[in-house]
Amino acid sequence: MKRKVYLDYAAATPIDPRVRKEMSPYFERYYGNASSIHSFGREVSNVIRNARTDIAAILNADVSEIIFTGSGSESDTLAIMGIARKYKHLGKHIIMSSIEHKAVLQAGHALEREGFQVSYIGVAKNGIVNPKNIREALRKDTILVSVMYANNEIGTIQPIKDISQIVRHARNNGVIPIFHTDACQAPGALPLDVKKLGVDALSLNGSKMYGPKGIGILYLREGIDIEAIIPGGEQERGRRAGTESVALIIGIDRAFRYAEKDRIKESKRLSILRDYFIREIKRKIPGVMLNGHATKRLPNNINLIFEGIEGESLVLMLDQEGIAASTGSACNSFDLKPSHVLTELNIPEDMAHGSLRMTLGRLTTKTDINYVLKKLPGIISRLRELSTITYGKK
Amino acid sequence: MEKNNTKVKKSNDVVCGDGGFWVYSGVVKEHFFKPKNFLKEDEDFAADGIGSCGSYACGDVMMFLIKVNKKTKKISDCRWRTFGCASAIASTSMLSVMVTENGGMEIRKARLIKPQQIVDRLGGLPDRKFHCSVLGHMALRDAVDDFEKKHAS
Repeated sequence: MKRKVYLDYAAATPIDPRVRKEMSPYFERYYGNASSIHSFGREVSNVIRNARTDIAAILNADVSEIIFTGSGSESDTLAIMGIARKYKHLGKHIIMSSIEHKAVLQAGHALEREGFQVSYIGVAKNGIVNPKNIREALRKDTILVSVMYANNEIGTIQPIKDISQIVRHARNNGVIPIFHTDACQAPGALPLDVKKLGVDALSLNGSKMYGPKGIGILYLREGIDIEAIIPGGEQERGRRAGTESVALIIGIDRAFRYAEKDRIKESKRLSILRDYFIREIKRKIPGVMLNGHATKRLPNNINLIFEGIEGESLVLMLDQEGIAASTGSACNSFDLKPSHVLTELNIPEDMAHGSLRMTLGRLTTKTDINYVLKKLPGIISRLRELSTITYGKK
Repeated sequence: MEKNNTKVKKSNDVVCGDGGFWVYSGVVKEHFFKPKNFLKEDEDFAADGIGSCGSYACGDVMMFLIKVNKKTKKISDCRWRTFGCASAIASTSMLSVMVTENGGMEIRKARLIKPQQIVDRLGGLPDRKFHCSVLGHMALRDAVDDFEKKHAS
C-alpha cells in the first residue's frame, strides 16, 4: 500500500482515540435533555456543568464565561455580531485585522451592511499586525476589536497581549472597546490563559484540537453582554439556543484537556520538525520562499511559495503520492481568487498562485517528513518543466 | 451491474468538496499526470510559429509551438508549456493531441478550434474551471498567426 501522509492538520485534526472512547457512552446512555428537571435531564446537566468547569479552568476563566456553540465559525460570528449589535448604542465602529478568518471578516462585512463601520488593519510583510496600527485606528465610538491569536494559513502569532493592553487603555474603565480573539488554531500550541492574554472574548473549535467536529466554544468575560444570533432557548444562559449535545461537549472538554497537557512537549517536537522540514526543502529546491515570520509562527505551520508553479497542480501531484496538503491558489478556491492572506502580504501576483501549506500534527513523524522530502523536489521540477515561466531559462 | 461499474470508475476521479461540486475526469487526470507533447527542457524544437495567451496574475499562461508542413498547411508537430492548474495543463495537452492526430490538422481548421471541443475530448470540466483554464486554443491561434506572418507569400 502506498504511504499516506496527512499534512493538513490546520484544516482538521483526527479525533484522539481516548476522546472518542470517552464520548461514546454519552451518545446512548445520557439521552435526556439537560433542560428537563427529571433525573434524566439532571444527569446530563451535571455532566455538562462539570465539562464547562473543566474548560473554564484550562482557560483560567469562570464557569459562567463558557458558551458552547456549533463550530469555530459560529463562535466568531456570535462574538462579532452579538457584541456589535448589543453595544451599538455606544458606537458603531469595529476594528479587525485584514488576515482574519473568513468567519470574522464576513461577520464584519455583514455588520457594514447593517450600518456599522469596520476598519481592516493590514499586516507587515511578515504577516504580523503592528499593535501601533490598532491604537491609531481606535476611535471614541470603537466598540469592538478582533485580532486572531494565530493565523490559520501562514501560522503567524499575533501580539495579543500588546493589543489587549492598548484596548484596555482605550477603555479607560468603561465597557468599550471589547477585545475578541479567534484562537481556533491555538490549542495544543499556544498558552490560553484569558487573564494573561487580557482578552474579553475568545473563540475555539473542537475539530482543530483532536476533538469532534460540530462543536465550538466562545469564552465571554463576565459583565459583557451579547445578543444571541440563535435566540429561541434558554440554553447557554440565553446566549445560544439549542439542545446541548452532551457527547460533543464531553469531546471538546477531553480533547482540550489532552491538548493542553501535552502542549509544551508537543509544540517543541513540532517546531523542531517544522524547522528541519523548511531547512531541507530550501536546501533541496531552488526558488522557494517562506510566507510569514520564521519563528513567530505556529509550531506546526509551513507555508511556502514555489516560483513558477501553480498550487492546485502541486496539491494534486502530492495527493497522487499520498501526501495531503493545501494551497491558497485562486484555482483551488470557490471564487477563483487567491487567498486574501497572501494578497495582504504583498506577494507578487505571479507568485501568489504557487503557495503550499503543510501543517504538521500529533501523528506526523520524521519518517513522514523525509518521505515528503523525497517526493517534493521531483514534483516541483516536473511542474516547472511544464511551466511557461521557466521557458527559455535554464 | 452497469451502474455499479460507472460508480467504480467515478471513484478514480478527483473529487473535491462535499461529494463533487467539482470533479476531474479520468481523461483530465491522464493528461495532467502524463502530459503529451510538452516542450522538454533540453529539447531543440525548431518551431514555425509560436503563440501565447493568459496572464500570471490570473494564474494561467499557455504557450504553443507549432511546426507546419508548408505544402499541406497541416500541423506536423507541436509543443507547449503551461503555467496553471491541473485543468489548464490537461487541456493544453489534449489540444496538442487534437492538432497532431490523424496526420495533423490544417492550420485553417486549427484556428477555429473552440474551447468546448477540448472540454468534450477531456470528458468535461468543472463549470467554474471552464473559462479560466481553457485558453490553449488562443495560444494556438496566436501561433498560427505567427506562422502566417513569418511565412507570408
